[in-house]
Amino acid sequence: MEQVAIVDRLRAEFPDEILSSYTNQGQTAVIVRPGRIVDILRWLRDTDDLRMNHLRALCGVDNVRRKEPGLSRFEVVYNLYSIPLRHEIRVRAEVGDKDPAIDSVVALWTGADWLERETYDLFGIRFDNHPNLRRVLLPDDWVGHPLCKDYPLKGKEEWAGMTELLEKIKELDQHGFDPEGHAHGQTAPDQEDDL
Amino acid sequence: MTRPISKSLDIPVPDGDSERYSLRMGPQHPATHGVLRVDLELDGETIIECTPQVGYLHRGFEKLAENKTYAQALILTDRLDYIAAMANNIGYCVAVERLLDISVPLRAQYLRTMVGEMSRISSHLLWLATHALDIGAMTVFLYCFREREILLDLFEELCGARLTFSYPRIGGVRQDVTSAFVDELQRFLDIFPAKIEEYETLIDTNRIWLKRTVGVGKVTGEQALSLGLTGACLRGSGVDYDIRKHQPYGAYALVDFEVPLGSDGDIYARYRCRMEEMHQSVRIIQQCIDQLPPGPIVGPDAPDLVMPNKPRARIEASTNIYGTGLIKLIRDRNLYMSGDVYVATEVPKGELGFYFISDGNNRPYRMHIRSPSFIHISALATIAKGELIADLIANIGSLDVVLGESDR
Amino acid sequence: MDILLTLVWIVVLFVVVMLHVAYATYFERKIIGHMQVRLGPMRVGWHGLLQPIADGIKSFFKEDIIPEHADKPTFLAAPIICLVAMMTTLAVLPFAKGWVLADIDIGLLFIFAMSSLASYGVVLAGWSSNSKYSFLGGMRSMAQVISYEISMGLSLVGVMLLAGSLNLTAIVEAQGDRFLGMYLLPQCIGFFVFFISMLAETNRVPFDLPEAETELVSGYCTEYSGMRYAIFFMAEYIGMMVMASIATICFLGGWNGPFPVPFFPPLWFVLKIYLFMFLFIWIRATLPRYRYDQLMGLGWKVLIPLALANIVLTACLKAILD
Repeated sequence: MEQVAIVDRLRAEFPDEILSSYTNQGQTAVIVRPGRIVDILRWLRDTDDLRMNHLRALCGVDNVRRKEPGLSRFEVVYNLYSIPLRHEIRVRAEVGDKDPAIDSVVALWTGADWLERETYDLFGIRFDNHPNLRRVLLPDDWVGHPLCKDYPLKGKEEWAGMTELLEKIKELDQHGFDPEGHAHGQTAPDQEDDL
Repeated sequence: MTRPISKSLDIPVPDGDSERYSLRMGPQHPATHGVLRVDLELDGETIIECTPQVGYLHRGFEKLAENKTYAQALILTDRLDYIAAMANNIGYCVAVERLLDISVPLRAQYLRTMVGEMSRISSHLLWLATHALDIGAMTVFLYCFREREILLDLFEELCGARLTFSYPRIGGVRQDVTSAFVDELQRFLDIFPAKIEEYETLIDTNRIWLKRTVGVGKVTGEQALSLGLTGACLRGSGVDYDIRKHQPYGAYALVDFEVPLGSDGDIYARYRCRMEEMHQSVRIIQQCIDQLPPGPIVGPDAPDLVMPNKPRARIEASTNIYGTGLIKLIRDRNLYMSGDVYVATEVPKGELGFYFISDGNNRPYRMHIRSPSFIHISALATIAKGELIADLIANIGSLDVVLGESDR
Repeated sequence: MDILLTLVWIVVLFVVVMLHVAYATYFERKIIGHMQVRLGPMRVGWHGLLQPIADGIKSFFKEDIIPEHADKPTFLAAPIICLVAMMTTLAVLPFAKGWVLADIDIGLLFIFAMSSLASYGVVLAGWSSNSKYSFLGGMRSMAQVISYEISMGLSLVGVMLLAGSLNLTAIVEAQGDRFLGMYLLPQCIGFFVFFISMLAETNRVPFDLPEAETELVSGYCTEYSGMRYAIFFMAEYIGMMVMASIATICFLGGWNGPFPVPFFPPLWFVLKIYLFMFLFIWIRATLPRYRYDQLMGLGWKVLIPLALANIVLTACLKAILD
């Protein structure tokens, strides 16, 4: 089915949810409200002439520096594809500015589990009803969500786990674990200034 | 004397009627293909709960890419799936070209298809080698490396690198092929099908191999789709999904090949799929060599960092193209069109997708990498549950994961 | 005087066997190397001939690491148990007529007893290391030895029936020096069962589950290093040689050959052992590894019934022919 036609069907089915739609480089996207995202995606997946059964990608976006007007700070992007019917569509859900949250789609696609965890990990977008919403790529005690635009490219201090590890190495060195005199755990003090 | 490390291991203690205990497999373990960690909850050798943990190789590529120009971010993709770096480069270039509307000459398309399939063969060879080694067939490992070496030598001759190529560039490829390269490649294509048969005689007719793989790690088509499996893992379950056919890129629309499908969805079906894929790759490369059209290898509107054959259209280059042009490119803010695009390519591991948002800037506003390995690892929990430790190892091998791609 | 002579013989046997073990590793690495399109050791000495010596010296001088929470006495004793049990079996092996340290009447039974004892070493090593991989390796080894010991013992009952003795020299002599006299032909089922059990008993591919490196890192010897690891290694190779000897004695007619060799009567025996060693290595280069439950299934559902059938068949035939 033509992508624009899919959007029209979506508009007819969920008139209140669709905010806008556009086409870029032959790919059509719809911007939707987050409230009924599970319904929308389930409808896209289960409707007979759509059958979007493949969740290609699920990711978050931080819109804070984007020039387009009218976007909320965070959004979650779902790229769907129909393997039997060979058409695709992109659904962008605007999830708000502060304390962003959206319903989890793990019930629809088991594979969304880690994708949502990743989005939570890197953006701090909460997925309600997710079975196990923990960080996946970063350590559990990491502070901040790195893919937000206000997260610095290089942080001020080391991750707590790393400092602990360095301390441990120093401690071990005192027990004679460093017979050849390699000074472990002593970072060059001027390193930061060089960059 | 104080004891520095004093954490005792909890050796299994009977707990009611079951004797469950946990085993942390990895990140340093011979069969976890890098730094995958799998936390296992075991009853004897049966896996009750399996929790894969990734992130040991997380290098923040998505964040990094946002701070690099499109051409600079290309080298990051080499480090994703370092076994098939060429395929990642192609995936990245195809996506950026779609995003920025850059045209690629036909010769470059063919060359990309050619090296992409070479990369698929070399990746599948490495997969077969390690998969067989995991199951205990050691000889196949070295036989595969013998042929993979030829391919790596070919890559070296093509672009000077054996692992991180960055050979496909945005708008074309880095260098043209020489006739010596083509001859050498032709020689490889002539001997390779016989070599595949050699591997098959070693393992395919082996009863132990069949016992270890048939019916193990079963995934139905429905399940595979729900889990988000792609590539040979999905096709092994009988779902006909190959992006080279569904949404052709490069010269795939112009060459003739088949997509091998399995039906059982077990380790053996996935194994068969990949073996057949190697045959198909040989076919594709052969056609690419035969049909290779003459012409330029870089498009006229390709951005920085390829050797331009003509002045670039989008940058008003001054006399010193490499100096001023580049600076202008970095400083100039509204070079490109804004918008977003998701483009997927079929890499050896599955569907590698790039979701780009362009803000008109020379750097991507957002680059999301849909990495097949990441999703395959997440599927491991479902697939390995209820099976034995030995099957877990076979499953990890069969899903063909690369941690560099998973962790990004 | 007799005791002194025996001691000299023991020392000679020990040295010869140790050299054999060292060069068995070389042999294995070279053969597997060539089967796998590579060269094997090439650096130390001509074509790597001194490599085993270098390895021996290296492992001797390596740091002996004992995990902090290991059960120390058991951890230290385990490799010794393995080695001692395996070495003891050498005493009853007749290398040629009269070339045997202890010609006891229950030779075969003694060998079984000792090889079961050796598996205690493996189990204890797995237990005492206080590592889960070692523990799993030890468990696997225990289960494997229990099930394959049975089939191995049963497979040799046919031989005992035919020879009418447990004495190894008597078994060889019962086969005579004719080719057709070898028990290989009348006991082909027994030999089949024995051969497979032999692979399992020595933890060789495709039954190397206790030390399956891709599953259990290194199984029971994960925590061992240096000399203690080397001792396990030696025990494994001596085990291979002992099993190959039993196969030679019970099925291939021992030291008998097409013609007697002057000066060095055990030549045929040694050659037959080498043949088996080569088979061990060849199989290692060819086959993948069994899974734990499949291994058990093979042992209990195929080999033991086959061995039992073989006993009944042999007994019936013997009763009829006599």
